[in-house]
Amino acid sequence: MKIIKLFIFILVLLNFNKALAIEDKLQNKITKNLRCLICQGQSVYDSDSEFAISLKVVVKKKIDEGLSESQIYSFLTDKYGEWILYDPNFNKNTYFLWFLPLLIFLFGGAIIFKKINKS
Amino acid sequence: MKNNIAKLLIIFSLILLFIIFYKSLNKSNLYQPKSNIKFIPSFSAITFFSKEELNSEKIFYENKFYLFNIWASWCLPCVDEHPFLIELSKNSQLEIIGLNYKDNFENAKKFLDELGNPFKKILIDRDGTKAIEWGAYGVPENFLIYENKIVKRFIGPLDGITVDEIKKIINENY
Repeated sequence: MKIIKLFIFILVLLNFNKALAIEDKLQNKITKNLRCLICQGQSVYDSDSEFAISLKVVVKKKIDEGLSESQIYSFLTDKYGEWILYDPNFNKNTYFLWFLPLLIFLFGGAIIFKKINKS
Repeated sequence: MKNNIAKLLIIFSLILLFIIFYKSLNKSNLYQPKSNIKFIPSFSAITFFSKEELNSEKIFYENKFYLFNIWASWCLPCVDEHPFLIELSKNSQLEIIGLNYKDNFENAKKFLDELGNPFKKILIDRDGTKAIEWGAYGVPENFLIYENKIVKRFIGPLDGITVDEIKKIINENY
């Protein structure tokens, strides 16, 4: 009996650990995708500026409130504009950005295709 | 034929590069994103002196101008800005509301005792989350508010030019 109790205790303990880890993971994932607006070329996750520290607190609070990742992004883009996201949403301002790599890929493919055909 | 295309391509890309760089010569490299916040966010905060919880609806009323100022005693530009805030506080059409950003009470109180207190009300933001509700970047930052709308936003300390601008906006509306 004692052993079973101990076993359950350990199991619960381990699961607590896991729940926390998942939350941390989500927080890190979100803050890595946020630009620290007052730093140069750093994400919120990387930065230790006052702005970034506060933003980490806000993200954590929002996760605790049960907001999803995309809800947190839309909350922050409301406040700071699209610029805060490293991974910009697909819209009429960014379609060129998203399609350019594909275009270059197709262009390169065409060149290779032509060369192979020739030889 | 093949050579020509390569040459043309190089020349074309060089021209393109030249145009891009030439166009961006006069552009500022300081990127200030447009804020989407047109209206004041609703929030509640604890007041500086009386330590009461205060809702934003009880702070900002219509038909009056408000200057929402984010400051801290550890922020040096705030010291430079302070005389301008004192000057603005003499304007009867304007109320200055302070948000004490990531500060401790003793230092902030000393700051006000030494330099004067231009604020009608001061709220506390201990962890910086209230400033984020406003879409703020840091200290100092100012929001000019009229009829619950953000009329103008000033990132960084106020100076003679921006103070004149604020006065002009207020005079135009009265």
